[in-house]
Amino acid sequence: MTRITVTVDGVEYSDDIEPRTLLVYYLRQNLGKTGTVVGCDTSNCGACTVHLDGRSVKSCNVLAVQADGHEVTTIEGLAADGQLHPMQQAFHESHALQCGYCTPGMIMQACDLLKDNPDPSEQEIREGLEGNLCRCTGYHNIVRAVQHAAAAMRQGTEAPADSAVPAAGPGAPEPATAGVGAAGPEMPPGEGAPVSAGSTGEGVTA
Amino acid sequence: MIPASFDYVAPQSLTDALAALAEHGDDAKVLAGGQSLLPILRMRLNAPSVVIDLGKVTELQGISDEGDHLVIGAMTTYAAVLASEAVSTHAALLSKAVATVADPQIRHRGTVGGALVHADPAGDVGAPVLALDAELVIAGQGGATRTVPAADFFEDLFTTAVGEDELLTQIRIPKHTGWGAHYEKFVRVSHQWSIVAVAATVRAEGGSIAEARVGLTNMGSTPLRATAVEQALVGQSATEEAVRQACARAADGTNPPSDLNGDADYRRHLASVLTRRAVLAAAGA
Repeated sequence: MTRITVTVDGVEYSDDIEPRTLLVYYLRQNLGKTGTVVGCDTSNCGACTVHLDGRSVKSCNVLAVQADGHEVTTIEGLAADGQLHPMQQAFHESHALQCGYCTPGMIMQACDLLKDNPDPSEQEIREGLEGNLCRCTGYHNIVRAVQHAAAAMRQGTEAPADSAVPAAGPGAPEPATAGVGAAGPEMPPGEGAPVSAGSTGEGVTA
Repeated sequence: MIPASFDYVAPQSLTDALAALAEHGDDAKVLAGGQSLLPILRMRLNAPSVVIDLGKVTELQGISDEGDHLVIGAMTTYAAVLASEAVSTHAALLSKAVATVADPQIRHRGTVGGALVHADPAGDVGAPVLALDAELVIAGQGGATRTVPAADFFEDLFTTAVGEDELLTQIRIPKHTGWGAHYEKFVRVSHQWSIVAVAATVRAEGGSIAEARVGLTNMGSTPLRATAVEQALVGQSATEEAVRQACARAADGTNPPSDLNGDADYRRHLASVLTRRAVLAAAGA
């Protein structure tokens, strides 16, 4: 067993673990952070993406002992004060998920992308997410969500405090969030149209 | 998939890392960024009894400018290479190749030195390192170091000049300031290993090619130089037809693999097509 001390989502943990423990299993099984999921377990799909010292990594491809002395942020550490992160909010509003399994990794990688490039083109978003696989959406609404989040984060950095709503259940009305809506002034041409349920397959899977 | 059990050592210095290697020898595996090693351990293709993690050996990280050379520490990540203006200015070919490696998450962890010593022939850093005439600095027991030219570094599939009790410490790249560069990678889907790729860097003078260096990825058991192409390009104008003729012999002397992605003949064909594209792009044509 090896002793590690890791800060995860702002809380410091010290644990004795087997050196072979993958970071994703440490997060899920030792810390109960099941928001980070195991997708392919082969470092291909990106579902397990977390931030290690502020940069995205695939947590199935990092040993927990390698995180000793470092800082990890998971999908569970993004929301602040009960309010969704703008990227989470944008995924919700743009219906950027169907089964939702790839979503934690997609959101973590999308946040990493915006650190380097706060105003990415559609092509740059697609390339920035090349290590994250989604088998449901065809990526269209994911790209749109990242564009919306980028616009929201550039404008006044975040949406006003009263506009971010807690995660809503199915059927909840879409919130009218300033700066995040499809008609935001930063939207590229052609991206302002409302999302059609038919075009995303929502009607089939809902 | 969980790796088999192993003991873990995380030395804080190069001296301690070499001592750990001497102590554990054959039973040990060196962990650099882990982006190739961890999949191997998870699939239990290898089950070392000791893993020596170089992650805390900070002296192996970083990029420095030493006059006519750039020196890249073996534990420098792909992401750090991509972010380096010194590399994009003086060794643009390496920047271009590294940008195509896997995906952003893997580039945040994977290291240039780890990839070179792993020596997968489909990896993307061998060909540019070879084409740029880099030298590899290897540290051995008792503080000894030796410097090996890239041409002698790659010995075979997954085999390099680095001995079992040695560590790669630096990649020294002669500056190619002002040379155009392009890495043309052919893959079936995004973030995959190269089926074939070509690393080309060119020094142009008034519309013609004064010097060219061409490295090939996955055209044999090691990265290879397309020397016939390099020679044929000298003095040529950077036009489609002239470059096409010079690149026809890109596959000379290669021994590409046959697999589900393509047989050897197909790879030979790809090599000449991709070399033409890479050279034209590097020449700015």
